[in-house]
Amino acid sequence: MTTLFTSDHEWLLIEGDVATIGVTDYAQSQLGDVVFVELPKVGRSLKKAEAAAVVESVKAASDVYAPISGEVVEVNEALVAEPALVNSDAGGKAWFFKLKIADRSELGGLMDEAAYKAHRA
Amino acid sequence: MLARDKSSLKRTPLHALHVARGGKMVPFAGYEMPVQYPAGVLKEHLHARSSAGLFDVSHMGQLALRPKSGQVEDAALALERLVPQDIVAVAPGRQRYAQFTNEDGGILDDLMVANFGDHLFVVVNAACKAEDEAHLRAHLSEACVIDSLTDRALVALQGPKAESALAKLCPDVTAMRFMDTGPRKVGGFDCFVSRSGYTGEDGFEISVPAEHAETLVTALLDNADVLPIGLGARDSLRLEAGLCLYGHDIDTTTTPVEGALEWSVQKSRRSGGARAGGFPGAEKILSQFEKGASRRRVGLRTEGRAPVREGALLFTDSASSEPIGKVTSGGFGPSLNAPVAMGYLPTSLSANGTSVFAEVRGQRLPLQVAAMPFVPNTYKR
Repeated sequence: MTTLFTSDHEWLLIEGDVATIGVTDYAQSQLGDVVFVELPKVGRSLKKAEAAAVVESVKAASDVYAPISGEVVEVNEALVAEPALVNSDAGGKAWFFKLKIADRSELGGLMDEAAYKAHRA
Repeated sequence: MLARDKSSLKRTPLHALHVARGGKMVPFAGYEMPVQYPAGVLKEHLHARSSAGLFDVSHMGQLALRPKSGQVEDAALALERLVPQDIVAVAPGRQRYAQFTNEDGGILDDLMVANFGDHLFVVVNAACKAEDEAHLRAHLSEACVIDSLTDRALVALQGPKAESALAKLCPDVTAMRFMDTGPRKVGGFDCFVSRSGYTGEDGFEISVPAEHAETLVTALLDNADVLPIGLGARDSLRLEAGLCLYGHDIDTTTTPVEGALEWSVQKSRRSGGARAGGFPGAEKILSQFEKGASRRRVGLRTEGRAPVREGALLFTDSASSEPIGKVTSGGFGPSLNAPVAMGYLPTSLSANGTSVFAEVRGQRLPLQVAAMPFVPNTYKR
């Protein structure tokens, strides 16, 4: 089990060949109060850097990108019902979707926690 | 509007206070302004509706129009040459909403005009204030001395507890009604206080000498009922109240009739009135009063939870290729806990309850034309 990060402030929890994806606590603090989340359809094939989900605050809409390529195997319906979870538990309960990893070599381009902290600073 | 270089941005007299209170400063109309404080847009919005919110609007333009004749009616008559409103009828101690129009009937800016007894006091939008001042000087200099009051800050105190909070510093305000205005001592300072605002709530706007702004605002914020509110919640509050944002919901391409602002044009300036016409674009605007305009600003509510934002195109159905209108303001209404928007539609499709579709991220979302204000106003009339 490894957690990796992107420069767009998303996190990936890698468990076997599945990556669970969410946004970081820093990202939610920048977004502000989240009022709407749109998730990808299960079964959709995403390419790395493709817009996969939408998160909207009172003021603005932002995309959540697929940090790696893969097929969507599960989405977090709880987020649709309670978008504010993104603000209260970005790194945990507020995961967005799970991808079946298509190309493990893409993980090499991501940051570990120490590198992400340095990137944010 | 986006300034790349923050150092070129102006600051209001309350800048240090915003920073000290954790305001997230962003460029807005050439100023560094707080978009939110640590409480966040949602809590700030709800606080202004349930208690009282304090807004810095010092970026707006404040001007005095002093009649050379000494008769305020002469300043009012002069200003009537630029706006379709009845300014002569604004009694001393009262104010009125107005628009500067252009020769095509479009709106150059919207403003508040107050009668201070011996002169008029006007408040205009930040983004337009240089053009507005030039416009006033070009057309009113014969009748008036025009003073730009750049040495004053402007704050708004809005919400059901605004009256009790302000009354601690100025007991007189409890006697004021909606749109009453005039000089008042607030906390010992020489202020102009009006019972008005931009949230749909009861509340006040207070013009204060710049050097006393921080002291006055600190005194207001010492009251536990009062929280500072940023531009983010200011926008969601005014949107729920159905109030226009200049440059978005109204601009030089929209007339007061198209903008659904007929209520703001008094009978005396319409055809058959005592001082009918005589303002820029009168021919077009008065003809629209009689024959109607082809499009109209409307309120829009979504069926789903997805906000529909400014710029979204509107369609008659889920497949048609030709847009029929556009969203001019849209977002999430925290008090309604639902998305709200306004935009322009053909007048034939502007009745409440009409179904239309907005295109959002390639999808057509169903909307309904809805009455505004979305949240009932609580003005003390």
